[in-house]
Amino acid sequence: MPHALAARLEARAIPAAISAQGLVKVYRSRKSEVRALDGIDLEVEAGTVLGLLGPNGAGKTTTVRILATLLRPDAGTATVAGFDVVRQAQEVRSIIGLSGQYAAVDENLTGRENLWMFGRLYQMSSTAARQRAVELLDQFGLVEAADRVVKTYSGGMRRRLDLAGSLISHPLLLFLDEPTTGLDPQGRLGMWDVIRDLVREGATLLLTTQYLEEADELADTIAVVDHGKIIARGTADELKSQVGGERIEVIVHDQADLDRARQLLAPAGIGEPHVDEHTRRISIATDRGAQGLVQVVRDLDEASIRINDIGLRRPTLDDVFLSLTGHESESTE
Amino acid sequence: MTSGTARARSRTGVGGLRQSASDGLIITWRNLKRIPRIPELAIFAVLQSIMFVLLFAFVFGGAIPLPGGGNYREYLMPGIFAQTIVFAAATTAIGMSEDVHKGLIDRFRSLPMARSAILTGRTLSDVVYNGGILIVLMLSGLLVGWTVRTGLPPFLEGVGLLLLFAFAMSWIGVWLGLSVPSVEVAQQAVFIVLFPITFVSNVFVPPQTLPSWLQPIAEWNPTSTLTASLRGLWGNPNPYASTGFPSQHPVLVTLLWVVVIVAIFAPLGIRRYRLMSH
Repeated sequence: MPHALAARLEARAIPAAISAQGLVKVYRSRKSEVRALDGIDLEVEAGTVLGLLGPNGAGKTTTVRILATLLRPDAGTATVAGFDVVRQAQEVRSIIGLSGQYAAVDENLTGRENLWMFGRLYQMSSTAARQRAVELLDQFGLVEAADRVVKTYSGGMRRRLDLAGSLISHPLLLFLDEPTTGLDPQGRLGMWDVIRDLVREGATLLLTTQYLEEADELADTIAVVDHGKIIARGTADELKSQVGGERIEVIVHDQADLDRARQLLAPAGIGEPHVDEHTRRISIATDRGAQGLVQVVRDLDEASIRINDIGLRRPTLDDVFLSLTGHESESTE
Repeated sequence: MTSGTARARSRTGVGGLRQSASDGLIITWRNLKRIPRIPELAIFAVLQSIMFVLLFAFVFGGAIPLPGGGNYREYLMPGIFAQTIVFAAATTAIGMSEDVHKGLIDRFRSLPMARSAILTGRTLSDVVYNGGILIVLMLSGLLVGWTVRTGLPPFLEGVGLLLLFAFAMSWIGVWLGLSVPSVEVAQQAVFIVLFPITFVSNVFVPPQTLPSWLQPIAEWNPTSTLTASLRGLWGNPNPYASTGFPSQHPVLVTLLWVVVIVAIFAPLGIRRYRLMSH
């Protein structure tokens, strides 16, 4: 499987697994007009993972829905494995897997029944669909729950089943729309493991997320989306360096210690510490990670400076947005 | 790799037709599976109809004398069957709307399956479901004094007519279910449409007692023609038949209604479904 898609594309001289140019989508209602997509261009190479990063309402889901043939663009074109998503929709559908934000599995069927049904609808024989269901239940740790109605599943189990459903026919391309939104931390980590395994096996993946950390963990390249446009793209490291990397943050207990603390922090970081007198917060950019933090803790302790809070802060989506657009990521949903 | 199994098959001609049928049956299977999993739905559907029987047979029935001394409960039951079938649209609309809002329709639309299967599977399974409800209702009807006085062939003709009508009504349900913004709205909308259809009819009261401007509406109302057909086919009392065309040819008018409803609402439903990608 790893190079199946690459080989197929090469044989047909198709340059990219996913390619989109100038996608525009406008949602019209009686009162308003929302430009959900305002000219999106994308390229995803076979065997790589693209993370679409952005806040709610940025246009991530709309992009995925267009590429997965659920929605027609108002302008622009897109091909998936060389097939046009509008004119050759059925061909596209037979080689993609889609796992959505709202865990679209049937609550009133068991896990096994859901997978069998999806297999049949991918035009497998009943026997082949049954076998494939067994494989996937095993792969996703759902064997024990296989014959329980999905209604009784936890959020994490549902997502795993949903993802399993999108893998039934060994899709060459996978779209994951916010695969971990709404999951608890344990569920999120479990989902990451599953996705990492898929990536290791060579899946070509387009994944949307609101979390920089998630894109960082899973994606080879990241495209940042805001107001229906891609405002930045690059690897996680490239984006982070644009944002300014990690910061050490300290909140001191006494206002009087602010100045001394500031002097102690300076050597642990890069540049000048930033001091907020009102909240008694000092922060400084650092490239020494946890080591730098340990150093600062030790120094503050030696100087007998009481602190209320200290930590290493990684850049978040908000920081990316702040530095890219000058405004915070605002949820427009 | 077995990825070839999912590859495009012939989608035109016989292959396409076979795929439509097999995908439609899978969706039907899936819809029927939910009935034993949520038994409350079927139980309340039956109870609702039984409640109507009890209310009208024992509360209003005494105030509605039938000329010629016919049994009111025997008169009432065919109307209850017809009313239950008219409400088939509600089952479909709610089921359809749930599938849309829980994201299942999106999942199905991303699969290389026959586009028509979701709609045909839905209408087919609702016909089967309503058939099941009818069996329970008929058994309850026998207990309160309803009976078929003719024979097996006319009885089966009546059942066939009911199921055909259920099929037509579920196309209205498909259209409604795809048109409303939420499941709750589907429930409300359906009842606003369906209550007048079942009450402005010959189901519970003699149509002659209605204001004169309502009488032709009640007479042409498909619930009335369906009810009149059943009473005629099964030899149940129908003392208020007028000399109007629908009263004289109820089966023919009911069949016409089925054709008209499907001809209008199937394309509307399909159009709604297609518009989901816009």
